[in-house]
Amino acid sequence: MSEPFEPRIIAFCCNYCGFAAADLAGSMRLNYPTNVRIVRIPCSGKADIKQVLDAFLDGADGVLVIGCMEGDCHFISGNFKAKKRMRRAKQILEDAHIGGNRLEFHNNSAAEGPKLANLFNEFTQRIRELGPCPGKIDIDIPNAVAEEPNTQLAD
Amino acid sequence: MIIAQQKPLAKIEEFLKDYKKVLLVGCKGCVTVCSAGGRKEVGVLASALKLARREQGDPIEVTEITVERQCDTEYLDPLAEYLDDVDVVLSMACGAGVQFMAERYPGVVVLPALDTTFIGVNEKAGHWGERCQACGDCKLHLTGGICPVTRCSKSLMNGPCGGSVDGHCEIDNDVPCGWQLIVDRLDSLGILEESYEKMIDTPDWSTSRDGGPRKQVREDLE
Repeated sequence: MSEPFEPRIIAFCCNYCGFAAADLAGSMRLNYPTNVRIVRIPCSGKADIKQVLDAFLDGADGVLVIGCMEGDCHFISGNFKAKKRMRRAKQILEDAHIGGNRLEFHNNSAAEGPKLANLFNEFTQRIRELGPCPGKIDIDIPNAVAEEPNTQLAD
Repeated sequence: MIIAQQKPLAKIEEFLKDYKKVLLVGCKGCVTVCSAGGRKEVGVLASALKLARREQGDPIEVTEITVERQCDTEYLDPLAEYLDDVDVVLSMACGAGVQFMAERYPGVVVLPALDTTFIGVNEKAGHWGERCQACGDCKLHLTGGICPVTRCSKSLMNGPCGGSVDGHCEIDNDVPCGWQLIVDRLDSLGILEESYEKMIDTPDWSTSRDGGPRKQVREDLE
């Protein structure tokens, strides 16, 4: 019997909000699925349409972009730009028969660790239900499980 | 600059349905500035095409390159080395660039990825407006720097028509009346009386498209 489908999700997280919130979620011992691989970016405005499309080409089943709350962007308007860009990226994904619902943009403050963990859980479940990215070629990428630390001292 | 926009992806997919290897060529000229066919747009279209074709179980190989200009043969020459390995060229230049590419490489199928829309300006980020129709007989010295050929929907030469209402054109309330713009501008410059009262001669449209495809020669540059 084949293994159940586990989606591979890339979360482009702004350094000042999403990334800090993920860190907070960790500090609070909140669980979120290992399906989510975080890519830290200096601002959600750095997330480019090409990067999102290439994430799907390289094996992602879903992509999240996390930006600061409106009015709180460290670079003034990066999150607004990201929101508009991701809207366009969703349209391109729709046109390319991948489905715009595999990409989501969310505002999440650095203090909202539980909200982010919840989003990661829900989004992973949504993508799990959607199934693998259409046409996906299985690329052998090791799971995001931390390797056992090498505790042996060198001779 | 020349303004263009990308054709719908479905249409480009249809063009490419029989091809497996594509050379996608961008242009660093006008279409880069209007965010339609520069290096960035080449990258996005290449990825979108790959995703779409992969979904159909018919993967496509896309080689991306962006040249300085596609309307100058010297920048098209270096593409020769790529052509042996591809089935087709998809050009992200304006109509002139696509045609010049086809002329330069007669044995290669060259397809357009963009629709060339008009000669215009960047009014604000993400907004472009038409300003010139290349009529070949510029009248801006008579009209306060606002083109009646382009800005008036009927290309009238001597004042607005009856469809001008509150400064808007009858074709659309969002379109300013070209002649209202001209009159307001001449008035603000203090030259309304002497300029507006002068009749503008009937245009000689032979310098425009009515004269067929146009050519321009300068012997000193030959």
